[in-house]
Amino acid sequence: MSTPQTLFDKVWDAHVIRQVKDGPDVLFIDRHFIHEVTSPVAFLGLEGRGAPVLFSGRTFATADHNTPTLNQHLPVADPMSANQLAALERNANHYGISHWGLGHVKNGIVHVVGPENGITLPGMTIVCGDSHTSTHGAFGAIAFGIGTSEVEMVLATQCIMQPKPKKMRITVNGIVGKAVLPKDVILYIISQTSASGATGYFVEYAGEVFENMSMEGRMTVCNMTIEMGARGGMIAPDQTTLDYLKGRELSPKGEQWDKLVPYWQTLKTDEGATFDLDLTFDAADIEPQITYGTNPGLGTGVTHQIPMADAVKDGSASYKKSLQYMGFAENETMIGKPVDFVFLGSCTNGRIEDFRAFASIVKGRQKADNITAWLVPGSHIVEKQIKDEGILDILTQAGFELRQPGCSACLAMNEDKVPAGKYAVSTSNRNFEGRQGPGARTLLASPLVAAAAAVTGVVSDPRVLMDSE
Amino acid sequence: MAYDKFTVLRSTAVPMPNENVDTDQIIPARFLKATERKGFGDNLFRDWRYNNDNTPKADFVLNDPTYSGKILVGGKNFGSGSSREHAAWAIYDYGFRCVVSSFFADIFQNNSINVGILPVRVSPEFLEKIFSAIEADPKTELEVNLPTQTITLLATGESETFAINEYKKDNLINGYDDIDYLLSMKTEIEAFAETRPF
Repeated sequence: MSTPQTLFDKVWDAHVIRQVKDGPDVLFIDRHFIHEVTSPVAFLGLEGRGAPVLFSGRTFATADHNTPTLNQHLPVADPMSANQLAALERNANHYGISHWGLGHVKNGIVHVVGPENGITLPGMTIVCGDSHTSTHGAFGAIAFGIGTSEVEMVLATQCIMQPKPKKMRITVNGIVGKAVLPKDVILYIISQTSASGATGYFVEYAGEVFENMSMEGRMTVCNMTIEMGARGGMIAPDQTTLDYLKGRELSPKGEQWDKLVPYWQTLKTDEGATFDLDLTFDAADIEPQITYGTNPGLGTGVTHQIPMADAVKDGSASYKKSLQYMGFAENETMIGKPVDFVFLGSCTNGRIEDFRAFASIVKGRQKADNITAWLVPGSHIVEKQIKDEGILDILTQAGFELRQPGCSACLAMNEDKVPAGKYAVSTSNRNFEGRQGPGARTLLASPLVAAAAAVTGVVSDPRVLMDSE
Repeated sequence: MAYDKFTVLRSTAVPMPNENVDTDQIIPARFLKATERKGFGDNLFRDWRYNNDNTPKADFVLNDPTYSGKILVGGKNFGSGSSREHAAWAIYDYGFRCVVSSFFADIFQNNSINVGILPVRVSPEFLEKIFSAIEADPKTELEVNLPTQTITLLATGESETFAINEYKKDNLINGYDDIDYLLSMKTEIEAFAETRPF
């Protein structure tokens, strides 16, 4: 009998073309996504070498990072953003790469459009010049973010050179409680491991919680795996995965589909396979989460107090600096904290299930007067679903507006910037200093917690609102 | 893009003991809009280094003339967050050739080597020694020797070895990059691509 293997080993090993002695593996890349911010210098490098793109059909371009979320039919006002968008289009056209630019019916955030169009498949290696490429691991793919030198590398050679990471398994068993979304599950895990607890590892998620999770939920979890330092996260493909993929625009069809399904069914960790680290959590311990500090590991249950400095894994000095930036103090209660902005969107929570969750709370209520809300779908396809399902009507009646797709206030490269000192409850992935605008203060949370803040004007427990319905 | 070869670096160092220094601090997203790789050093640690009116913040280490050098010494989990290689470009463009920490974020570490910056991971104890030595004498020098994989506090002679794989080490010493290597195996890559099911 052959040695039991992990899911990660099976996919990684199938892509190794060569093992460099005392060096990294040469890894073949099945799919490469590019966007306007981290690709222009890679194309310049390619030109400098006089090298062509080796397989243009394996790279897909979409504009997302700095696109405006209003009036996308007008010329982009910021000349530097416009320049990057033009460079992406020019490079894609020149090298024969599929390009879903601003205004294209399939345009949206790279990690939303890849899966929803069936470009992302189980067993693939997928890279993009963006750390949240880990999102695609939800399908049982090995997917991770790369730097611009590596973008150039993949364009020129369809390979990258990486040492094989260590393997970690995170198991969460049990049934999650009321109002606990996939975002809460991953925020909870990061709060337990810290923002650097998985550095050097690739994570596989296992257990009932992930087995029972939708594909969109799995994407949220894998997306934020990078926030504990891991290279990526993945979940074995199952019937939920196949049901999601079947019939998507670029999913394999007919005979090709029938041939791939038996292969995909082998993509799971064998009984007896070992991990370098195994962590287990209980779903019953997870309540709706919110962060209070300036890295995603500094989070807690929404009804909890901000921990004392000696109770956190980060150094005390860094922790106190973090709370000072946030304008918070140890032992304060999170419920009732002031909120100025609410952001629903991003590659973490910009999909239809996120809008459904948000709408379930705001339905029949009104946006609080002190709140500026930015609701940004992850793609035009999500935008269409929001309209088709009647969610837009619910949002409009509650006093909200829907914007156009893009990364938006997640990293504030466009106009959607939270002003200095203001508080934003955000469904995005990072609460770093200045992430949502210079001086902005970010509280990461799920779409339900964001919706509760949006209608009450302060940090609130969505369960209380759900109980009062 | 070509970078300067790295063998032995002897320099004073700039201390930045903060933990979890993320790439949004190293280079905020609003400075990622260039389509060429130049001038990023001006915006290195922009929001820690300058006030809103673009005047320098006197208490930030890069604005303190006491400290200088080609080595940046950072706290644990340096370079976390975004994959933006611009962070490594900014550090290189500012004039650093080596970053020392007790722990690096993965993508940042890869990006650094790819642009010609040597990330040196030392033990937490040695990192504390370095911070103490710089605090006692900001002109104290460190020697980073890539061929022997050692980092030495020259004042006391205390040293520690650091890990780097032989392949990446050769690249840095010779100024090569991965693309040169991969282009040399193009036929092998093309044959492999034929075997992929998708």
